[in-house]
Amino acid sequence: MMNLKQLALATVFAVGSSLPVMAATAFVSSEKDNVISIIDVTARKLVKNVKVGMRPRGVLLSKDQKVLYICTSDEDHIEVLDLETLKITHTLPSGPDPELMALGPKGRILYVANEDDNMVTVVDTVDRRVLDEIPVGVEPEGMGVSPDGKWLVNTSETTNMAHFINTATSKVEGNVLVDSRPRVAQYTPDGKEVWVSAEIGGTISVIDAATYKVSHKISFKIPGIRREAIQPVGIRITKDGKWVFAALGPAARIAVINAKTYEVEKYLLVGLRVWNLALTPDEKFIVTTNGVSNDISIIDVEKRKVIKSIKVGRMPWGVVIK
Amino acid sequence: MNASHYYRALAGIIIREGLRFLHQRQRFMGALVRPLIWLFIFAAGFRSVLGVSIIPPYETYILYEVYIAPGLVAMIQLFNGMQSSLSMVYDREMGSMRVLLVSPLPRWYLLTCRLIASTFISILQAYVFLLVAWFWEVQLPPIGYITALPAMFISGFMLGAIGLMLSSIIRQLENFAGVMNFVIFPMFFASSALYPLWKIRDSSISLFNISSYNPFTHAVELIRFSLYGQLNLYSLVYVSAVAILFLGIAVYGYDPGRGFMARKQDT
Repeated sequence: MMNLKQLALATVFAVGSSLPVMAATAFVSSEKDNVISIIDVTARKLVKNVKVGMRPRGVLLSKDQKVLYICTSDEDHIEVLDLETLKITHTLPSGPDPELMALGPKGRILYVANEDDNMVTVVDTVDRRVLDEIPVGVEPEGMGVSPDGKWLVNTSETTNMAHFINTATSKVEGNVLVDSRPRVAQYTPDGKEVWVSAEIGGTISVIDAATYKVSHKISFKIPGIRREAIQPVGIRITKDGKWVFAALGPAARIAVINAKTYEVEKYLLVGLRVWNLALTPDEKFIVTTNGVSNDISIIDVEKRKVIKSIKVGRMPWGVVIK
Repeated sequence: MNASHYYRALAGIIIREGLRFLHQRQRFMGALVRPLIWLFIFAAGFRSVLGVSIIPPYETYILYEVYIAPGLVAMIQLFNGMQSSLSMVYDREMGSMRVLLVSPLPRWYLLTCRLIASTFISILQAYVFLLVAWFWEVQLPPIGYITALPAMFISGFMLGAIGLMLSSIIRQLENFAGVMNFVIFPMFFASSALYPLWKIRDSSISLFNISSYNPFTHAVELIRFSLYGQLNLYSLVYVSAVAILFLGIAVYGYDPGRGFMARKQDT
């Protein structure tokens, strides 16, 4: 007999395949339930769960925002979800265990971090073939492309480095040592800095993109939370470059960091093991994925307030919003 | 007896209670300091105690101080209700109630006026507490500060009615310590004021059952939902029914001919 949860899920699947027009739509991958949850951020509601391949993690919108690239890690490829029909139209080769991706400036080239293979794979999304493989450190993960598209920063979790890759030559031109287990790399909108989170180190390193030197290091202190539980992963920077939001993993907090003073101004309580986050295009809301509590939290950016948490598939991982 | 007499009695009792409250600054400070100690000190040690369950009326994860704020509002009303009603023991012997109770106005009406007056005082204290809590990041939706008013009135009235019922039984004011031990503390601790009921059920089913029937739990939940602009209908009905029941017992108890007073004098 179906239990209530299964029934709800089945109903959601049966609703149909077209998506209503929404002001801001979040796509959340759940690595245990193998679904992409579609959330109407403005209405604060789960609209639909779309079944995809095994262990979906990193998600990325195409430049025209018509398809969603999904790293289905246990399938060893990238699935392409048509956002009109909500069907997987085709897959892209990715190398083994794809985890996170970044798009080149023209939107054609996809850079994929292969966690098990110590490689960054360069994929042509039109010809659907691998163009190149760039050897990097052990357990590559974070992928940040500079605003001008000339540089790709990849982090390797075990080597504890941020690798600066020249996208024109696909060569690593700089390595910067950061704290233990770097996860996510994000360029500031002016391209002058790269912010890199270190999960075990519990810090965020701000790297000067021109000199490859760590210019600032941000650490976190939350009353009542032990230091080991503070594990920064996801980073998002506002378009004006003034604010940085960092997900702090088991600490269940989002840190609001002033990007000019490098000071943490507030901690916002969200679900457990928050790893990734995304801003709505108008930057009014943030959606966070809370892996252990199986939900997402929506934050009102202006009020610096968490307004709602919504259950999604099990172990939500990546999120993008269009 | 016409409506103006009733109105004058109500206004007189409210003004008298208000003046007494204003003159007793220590009582005001005590009423405020007690919940603030819970908020600033007790809650600080339990910031992450609630785990991962989101329960209505909350829509997301909350810090412990946010959780206990409605319980502390109810705590203010509990103490106020008990103190105010037990001061009836004194008033009845030598204060103004002695005069009032012999007036031609019905006894139930006078007692209700007295309850309304003390409820207003407790609401005043609660709003001052909520103002201080706001600066401690216990910030509720703006509408909640308005919708909480009727909820606090009903809960304050019920807690006052319980106190009034007790005061009709208690002989001397010194028994307040006993009331603390046997009424206030059990009511406060065996309720949803400090922990949600699901958390209590995890540790003890019997304590969960006691807490579920505890009128104070429903006062807390009525206030909690109202602070988020929502109505907890079950708690509203429960609190209202308990208020009427205890007021009825108190009115009976204060009847010199039949009630507990008569029996006390007999003994």
